[in-house]
Amino acid sequence: MTTKATADTRTPRPRWMTNLRAKEAIAGYLFLSPWLLGIILFIVGPMITSGYLSFTRYDIVNPAEFVGLKNFTEIFTKDRLFWPSLMLTFRYALIVVPLSLIGALAAAILLNQALLGTTWFRTFFFLPHLTPIVAAAVLWAWIFNADVGPINHWIRTITGSDNAPGWFRDPDWAMTGLIIMAMWGAIGGNTMLIFLAGLQGVPQELYDAAVVDGAGLWAKFRNVTLPMLTPTIFFNMVLGIIGALRVFAAAYVATQGGPAYSTWFYSLHIYTRAFQYFEMGYASALAWIFFFVLFVFTYVQFRQSRRWVYYAGEVD
Amino acid sequence: MTGETIAPRSKQAGGGFMLADLYQSASFQRALGRGLLYLIAVSSSAVFMFPFVWTVLSSLKRGGELFRFPPTWFPEIPQFHNYADVFEIVPWATWTWNSTFVAVVSTFGAVLTAALVGYSFARFRYPARDVLFMITLSTMMLPVEVTLIPLYLMFAKIGWLDSYRPLIVPSFFGGSAFLIFLMRQFFMSIPIDLDEAARIDGAGYVRIFWQILMPLSIPVTATAAVLTFMAQWNEFLQPFIFLNTKSKYTLAIGIRYFQAVSGFADDSEPKYHLLMAASVMMTAPIIALFFLAQQYLVQGIVMSGIKG
Repeated sequence: MTTKATADTRTPRPRWMTNLRAKEAIAGYLFLSPWLLGIILFIVGPMITSGYLSFTRYDIVNPAEFVGLKNFTEIFTKDRLFWPSLMLTFRYALIVVPLSLIGALAAAILLNQALLGTTWFRTFFFLPHLTPIVAAAVLWAWIFNADVGPINHWIRTITGSDNAPGWFRDPDWAMTGLIIMAMWGAIGGNTMLIFLAGLQGVPQELYDAAVVDGAGLWAKFRNVTLPMLTPTIFFNMVLGIIGALRVFAAAYVATQGGPAYSTWFYSLHIYTRAFQYFEMGYASALAWIFFFVLFVFTYVQFRQSRRWVYYAGEVD
Repeated sequence: MTGETIAPRSKQAGGGFMLADLYQSASFQRALGRGLLYLIAVSSSAVFMFPFVWTVLSSLKRGGELFRFPPTWFPEIPQFHNYADVFEIVPWATWTWNSTFVAVVSTFGAVLTAALVGYSFARFRYPARDVLFMITLSTMMLPVEVTLIPLYLMFAKIGWLDSYRPLIVPSFFGGSAFLIFLMRQFFMSIPIDLDEAARIDGAGYVRIFWQILMPLSIPVTATAAVLTFMAQWNEFLQPFIFLNTKSKYTLAIGIRYFQAVSGFADDSEPKYHLLMAASVMMTAPIIALFFLAQQYLVQGIVMSGIKG
C-alpha cells in the first residue's frame, strides 16, 4: 500500500526532459558511430572470422574446410616451434619491459631537471625512436658484427683477448643483441614522454611538504614521486608488455628469427604460417592462443595493480 | 655558476681547511650535482645519438668503406652523390610521396574521428556508454595478429590489396583507442559550463564541438596528430603485408631494397651506404617535426591527465 502511494505521489518527469535526454542519447551515439562501426568492422568482425578460421584448414585458394580441433592439437603436440617461440617471446618481454621502464623513468627524471638545452637533449633521446626500423636493424647488424663491428672491437681492445661474442651470428647471443637494440629504441621513446608528463603532474606542494619534514633526494623520490607515478608506471607497463610481446619488425629485419631459431618470436611464427605458407586456419589458431595468453596475463596485471597502484583522485 | 663564484674565494684563503668547508657548502654541492646531471645528460645523449651520427657519416662513404676494420669515423672523400644515387636506383621521390600521402590522410582521419568519439564519451549521457568505453580501452590490448589475417582476407575479397585503402580507411573509424582516450580525457578537463552557456545561446552539439571545444584543444590535437604521424611514417607491418607493387611502397618498406633481400631487390649486392643516405632522408622530416612539436607533446599528455 505505502509503496504504491509513494509511487503515485512522485511527480512524473516532464515530457521535455525525457525528450532532451533522448535527444542527447541520439546525438551521443551519432558522434560515437564511427568508432562503433570501426569496432564491428575492424575488430569484432575479424575476431569472429579468425575464431572460426582457427577450426578450419584454409589456404585462400580452396574454400575453408572445417577440421574441428585439429589445428590446436597439432600446435600443442606437433609444432616444434610453438613452445620455444612462446617462451622466448615472454622471456624477451620480461627482460626488455622492466629495464626500459627503469631507463625511461631515469631519462624522464633527468630531462625534468630544467637543464639548459633540455629541448636538444629530449630530441637526442628520442632519435632512436624515430629511426626507421630497417635502418636501425642494419645499423645494429654492423655494430654487433662479430668481426668488424665496433662493439667487438672495443671488447677485444679492453679485454685484450680474441674472445668476443658472435652476437647475431651466435644462437646464445642473438637475443641479447636484440634486447640491447630494443632498449636503445624504447628508453627515449613514447614511454619517456608519458613519464615526463606524469612527473609534471605531481603537485609541487607534496615536495614542499616533504622538504619541511626533512626529506632528502632519495626520500622525496621514494615517498612522493614513486607513489604518485604508480598509475603512469602501470599504464606504461601494460602497454610496454603488449608491445614487447608483439615484437615483429625488429626481429624480422635484423635476424629473420635465426640463428637456429634463437630469435623466432611468436609473431614471426604466426606471420610465417599465415603469409608464407598461407595456412590461414592454422595461423588463426596460433593467434587466438596468443590472444588468450595475453588476455590472462593482462588480467593478472590488473588484479595485481590494486596492490601497488595509487590513484590520487580515487574515492574509496 | 655558483661553483665559479665560490672557487676564487677558497683560493684567496688557501689551505686544506677552507677547502673542506667549501666542499660541504650547500651551493657547492648543488653546483656539483648540476654538473653531474649535465655530464649524465651529455653522455647518454652521445649513446643515443651515436648510431644516428654514424648513419649520417656513413651516408657519405663509399660502399666498401663501411665495413672497414678497424672502423673509421669519417668518410675519406665525402660522397654527396650518394643522396642523388638513391633517387636514381629506386623511385625514392614516389615512395616519399606515398608515405606522405598515407601518413597525412590517415592522421587527419584518425585525429578528426578520435576527437568526435572522445567528445561523445566526454559530454553525452546515454545507455551503455561506460561499458563501451571500457571495451574501447580493452581493444588496446588486442594483438594485431588476431585481426590481421581476417582483415587481409577481407581486403583481398573486396580487392583492396596493393592499394592504400587498407592503410587509410580504418583510420577514419575513430583512429585508435589511445587517441580516443587522449581526446576524451582532455575534453573532460574543460568546464562543462562553457557548453551550457553556448547551448543557452542556441548553439547545437556540432557547433559546440567545433567552436568551443576544438579551439581549446589545440595542444592535445597537435599531440595526437604528431604521435599518429610519426607512427604512420615508420609503420612497417601493415604496408609490408598489404602492398606488393614496388612503385606503391612506402619509405619504411621501400628502404629494404638497399638491404638486397632475396626476392626483393634486382641486384644481390647490398648497398649499405645508400641505405644510410636513404635513412637520413627518411628520418630528417620527423626529427624536425619532433623538435618543433616536443613542447606540445609533453604538455598535451600532461593536460589530458593520462593516469592509466
